[in-house]
Amino acid sequence: MASRPSPGLRARLLSSFALLCVVTAAAVAGAGYVEARNAILQRAQDAAVQAVRSRLEAVFPLRNPAPDAAELGEIAHAVTDGSDDAVAVYHETRSLDVPGRPCPPLGGRPCRPGLDPGMIPQGLRREVAGGNIAWQRVVWQGEPVLIIGTPLLIVERDRPARASGIEVYVAHSLLPEKRSIDLLAARAWLIGGAALAFAVVLALLATRSVLGPVRELGRAARLLGQGELRTRIAVRGSDELADVARTFNDTAAELERHVEKLRAMEADARRFVADVSHELRTPLAALAAVADVLDEEAARLPEPAGRAARLVSQETLNLTALVNDLIEISRFDSGVAALAPNEVDMAELVRATLRARGWSEQVQVELPPGVTAWLDPRRVDVILANLVGNALRHGEPPVSVGLRSDSHWISIEVRDHGPGLDEAVLPHVFDRFYKASATRARSEGSGLGLAIARENARLHRGELTVANAPDGGAVFTLRLPRRAHDLDGG
Amino acid sequence: MILGGVSRVLLIEDDPAVREGLELALSQHGHRVRAVESGEQGLDWLRSDLPDVVVLDLMLPGIDGFEVCRRIRAAREIPIIMLTARGDDLDVVAGLEAGADDYVVKPVQPRVLEARIRAVLRRIGRDQAELERHADLTIDRAGLVVAKRGVPVSLAPTELRLLLELSGTPGRVHSRQQLLESVWEHGYFGDSRLVDACVQRLRAKIEDDSAAPVYVQTVRGFGYRFGPV
Repeated sequence: MASRPSPGLRARLLSSFALLCVVTAAAVAGAGYVEARNAILQRAQDAAVQAVRSRLEAVFPLRNPAPDAAELGEIAHAVTDGSDDAVAVYHETRSLDVPGRPCPPLGGRPCRPGLDPGMIPQGLRREVAGGNIAWQRVVWQGEPVLIIGTPLLIVERDRPARASGIEVYVAHSLLPEKRSIDLLAARAWLIGGAALAFAVVLALLATRSVLGPVRELGRAARLLGQGELRTRIAVRGSDELADVARTFNDTAAELERHVEKLRAMEADARRFVADVSHELRTPLAALAAVADVLDEEAARLPEPAGRAARLVSQETLNLTALVNDLIEISRFDSGVAALAPNEVDMAELVRATLRARGWSEQVQVELPPGVTAWLDPRRVDVILANLVGNALRHGEPPVSVGLRSDSHWISIEVRDHGPGLDEAVLPHVFDRFYKASATRARSEGSGLGLAIARENARLHRGELTVANAPDGGAVFTLRLPRRAHDLDGG
Repeated sequence: MILGGVSRVLLIEDDPAVREGLELALSQHGHRVRAVESGEQGLDWLRSDLPDVVVLDLMLPGIDGFEVCRRIRAAREIPIIMLTARGDDLDVVAGLEAGADDYVVKPVQPRVLEARIRAVLRRIGRDQAELERHADLTIDRAGLVVAKRGVPVSLAPTELRLLLELSGTPGRVHSRQQLLESVWEHGYFGDSRLVDACVQRLRAKIEDDSAAPVYVQTVRGFGYRFGPV
């Protein structure tokens, strides 16, 4: 019944749904994003490279194989379309910026003084110096830029082309493409997020439809465990959960039927005992009436008739006690036992119990005066007489009775100083007809005394318990509320 | 009432074995027992003879014990001891309301019944005291006569003894246990309903309004006291 510390079904379902959604969205959007991004970049790159090549055509033929900075500036200017930055390099010489050229209309950044050869990656320069046209994407001042580098070749008839030593680099801004890609990514995130939210809602709906019945089932099972055998679950739909609910209902019905049957059997058994006891009462009344006569005449009868008469008389008394106890306990069973409470001085009550049975001399008492309680003195007398009687018969002297009280409870402790009770016996001493040993001979008393004592304590809404004292001896403790019922007998 | 400890007992009990057993036991204790098997026979017998005490089984064929009890009470103030089944609390209460003085539980031990009979028959000590007056009530302890506004009140023996016990010390509270010991001669653990039922009957006879008693007052949680009037 205790819940394990693992996450609940709801959390597990939710996280599964969310994970599934995230993975799917990431896979779909991610793949699409990468594909689209590559395509966009490739196209922009190809177009830029193509444009540079075609413009370079216009530069040929070179007027001077060893140009100065101004000539390099013209070359650089020729390969731009006005929006790109370019630089031409001849060994250590670089092109001058063309004065008066307007800043390219790129978003918000400070106007650049041409293309700084420092931003050209070394690898790209090596590649270009090797005579190849090459390009590379770099991030310059937080902005994606495609740098295209190309050597100017000298082509002569019948000779292989050779490098002129002049390299032209063009920086083409990829900002528009970046914006498109960012937009793409933002859309992917948005759609992914929406899908996630949708998945969570779906998961919540699913968990509710699963968890509702599961929780209902748990509640019903708990009630059933607490003895509410009429607990049933409303069966909705025809899914597996409905099957479980139906099975639960069938099981509960079966259980209820069995328990009812057992209860009926037990009630029958108890009623039978009660009936038998009542039936025994009338013949026993006749027997009990003449037992005294027989007892008194026994002395005058010749043996063995005298002994027989005494035996009959004694056993009649025992039988009467047994039947009386049986009737008493069946009254508890049928719930007709009632309290006749009174305001009672506890010390006086204990002394009266001891006095009435001639035990005053044998029992040590510790009875603080002035402790009163609202209880049924006759029933408390029955309890005390039983406890003290047992202690005197089965325990060792001294037997003591102690009284304690607080504002709500009184507690009476009866203890002897014998060996105490066997630990295996302790839980059973209040059982009906419990015998500590199967071989033990029939003892005095009906075997119901302690059972009746406990029932009497419970009738007062109190309790009767037993334990062994640490220094030996059995201790019976009777705890009773000082005001068991607020009834007035007067 | 009793002469030399021998009393005449009318035993009304339908079960022949119980009847014979009790007859034997009571005879052995020196009582003169007249045993009959039904309420009708018992009432017939009472018309012609006057026993000292009636021992009455409540479960009788024909008119039941309660009715027999009421009819006896209507005519005479003979002590009545009823025989009840153990644990039949309603029977006990109904029997006491019908006017029984005491009860014993079946199966009866003869010495218990004997003690009860002796208790209800015990002579009420006649004092030489003056006539007591308590408001409208006069109690003659010597003549054992109680009168209200000059009209004698017919009280059953136990009711009379209860009244004498309480009025002997006006204003003092008597617990139910004390009354059980002094009036019924039960031990400390007698049935306090005996006291309550007897008080109810007594009030019905001497109080103007039983619901607002003047003479026999309840002290909630403790018991009863006489007056103050």
